[in-house]
Amino acid sequence: MAKSLGPVKRKFSPWTDPGAVPFIRFENITKRYGDFVAVNNLTLDIYEREFFSLLGPSGCGKTTLMRMLAGFEEPSEGRILLQGKDMSGVPPYRRPTNMMFQSYALFPHMTVEKNIAFGLQQDGLSKPDIAARVEEMLKLVKLESFARRKPAQLSGGQRQRVALARSLAKRPKVLLLDEPLGALDRKLREETQFELMDIQHTLGLTFLIVTHDQEEAMTVSDRIAVMDKGVIMQVATPAEIYEAPNSRYVADFIGDINILECAVTGNAGDCLRDGHPPVVRLVSNGLDIAVEQECPVTAGDKVGFAMRPEKVRISLDKPADTTVNTAHGEVWDIGYLGDFSIFLVKLEDGRILRAAQANVSRLVDRPITFGDSVWLTWPLDAGLVLTR
Amino acid sequence: MKPQRFDATILTLCFAFLYIPIIILVVYSFNASRLVTVWGGFSLHWYQVMWSNEGLMDAAWVTARVGVLSATFGTILGTLAALTLTRFPRFPGRVAFTGMVYAPLVMPEVITGLSMLLLFVAMNIDRGFWTVTIAHTTFTMCYVAIVVQSRLITFDRSLEEAAQDLGCPPVKTFFAITLPLILPAIVSGWMLAFTLSLDDLVIASFTTGPGATTLPIKIYSQVRLGVTPEINAICTILIGLVTFGVIITSITTKRAEMRRIRDEHVAIRGIS
Repeated sequence: MAKSLGPVKRKFSPWTDPGAVPFIRFENITKRYGDFVAVNNLTLDIYEREFFSLLGPSGCGKTTLMRMLAGFEEPSEGRILLQGKDMSGVPPYRRPTNMMFQSYALFPHMTVEKNIAFGLQQDGLSKPDIAARVEEMLKLVKLESFARRKPAQLSGGQRQRVALARSLAKRPKVLLLDEPLGALDRKLREETQFELMDIQHTLGLTFLIVTHDQEEAMTVSDRIAVMDKGVIMQVATPAEIYEAPNSRYVADFIGDINILECAVTGNAGDCLRDGHPPVVRLVSNGLDIAVEQECPVTAGDKVGFAMRPEKVRISLDKPADTTVNTAHGEVWDIGYLGDFSIFLVKLEDGRILRAAQANVSRLVDRPITFGDSVWLTWPLDAGLVLTR
Repeated sequence: MKPQRFDATILTLCFAFLYIPIIILVVYSFNASRLVTVWGGFSLHWYQVMWSNEGLMDAAWVTARVGVLSATFGTILGTLAALTLTRFPRFPGRVAFTGMVYAPLVMPEVITGLSMLLLFVAMNIDRGFWTVTIAHTTFTMCYVAIVVQSRLITFDRSLEEAAQDLGCPPVKTFFAITLPLILPAIVSGWMLAFTLSLDDLVIASFTTGPGATTLPIKIYSQVRLGVTPEINAICTILIGLVTFGVIITSITTKRAEMRRIRDEHVAIRGIS
């Protein structure tokens, strides 16, 4: 099946433009259920044509936030602006948003066609117009031959597409997707992720997606908001979230990471390399670490040192380069993932550091194996200091 | 005795206990003899007698009208009660409301009948067709409420949310989405209400008046004067109707189930 890829994605970053007007604005939103605070004084701007993800564990308030935008819940405090218009008191059936439900919520007593036409009928469109739009939507999700089927006669993936077509049929200003790919198997999920991005780009709509799957959020989003207990921990692009998390929580939630609790021993502003930030010196249970980072910490502060496993090098010999950070330990466990191997290295004090290595050769017997005494090295800019 | 033979014996005895009285009634309705307990050969005579017995036919007609009307009113009220109970988790007087909806279920029929009678007397309403219908509506609606409520509990609310999200106002959503999906439960609630009204003797005899004798009352009063074979005949017709209804319902649900399973197989294989 030949797939058209659409135009190449341009650089898109309205959030860096101070003059840009947000398309959706959550303003000091609080939502309480009795004593439970689901969303706590949250402020967030989302821009037009953005593919925005709300990411967090279950119960973090992400779904509540989306349901407030759709109009199913009213905020206890604060307001939601859509294109500058206050949405307070506007019922769901008068909002220019459409939602794709986690359960798909297809009407079981209607055919695929009728499901897609339902929203258009509510707008009082003429019959030929509805038929044309339904056909267009069926084509978009490649279900032309399934128009007369009932939802019960479709597979999970097909139902997901019908749900998508139905929520897109009215050309909403904002499409809300609640865990849209949760029920699909991995292969289908990956395919659908790219299709979603494609559709969003072609139709030029604003997508707001709720997910607990960090990989999904990383793949599809322009920006991600990582949420925890009703507050936003960080809003940034996927690369920023991954490479420069602002807290231990975000660092730990996204991907695999080593976090060492450290004390700051010096932050005198000394530059070791030209063009790099000054060095912060840390000590973690006898292990000295130097990090190139502009960071307002002073000696004695307790901080976290975070470093992704793929930025750690592992070798059998003691490195000759003395400008890098080093740690010594023995291989405690190896996880072979095919493309990568993860080495769990036990340091002398018993702590475990992870190092990932790409398996570039086709050797089945790896040179480094269980119990080997190894050296871990990482450059000065490989990790970062976390104060939160 | 071998365990298997023991099981078979118990089973036969149980079925015999349940069905022999009914079989005897049906068989004797075709009896040519005037005596109820003596077999005098096959005949449809008593069906003719029954057909020409105006009192019996009038009672059957009254019962049918009371049944249809009270089942319909009971279904409407019961459905509304079920919707209230499932959709509004908290409102003032909810506990009292729940209690009142379920009360007729556990209340002895004599008490329900007597209290209805006292109410009608106090309100100075002439007893007759409409008082029986009202009384039957009152006690059948709680059964409908239970049947419909159990369906509503498993109803996926996101279907209604999806309809509203697509621009459909709440009342229209109810008629376009909710009602078609809970209709099977409402229909079985109606059938249950109709059957309950059909065979009620106690409440009907408290609330009825001149000219509104229902079939159970008629049969009961005739039997007191002695069992005639025409009673057997009309009971056989009632049994026939009920059996027919049960068989039709089970066949249609079975067919729907089979079709659903087949559809799912087709969907999995991806053949249109």
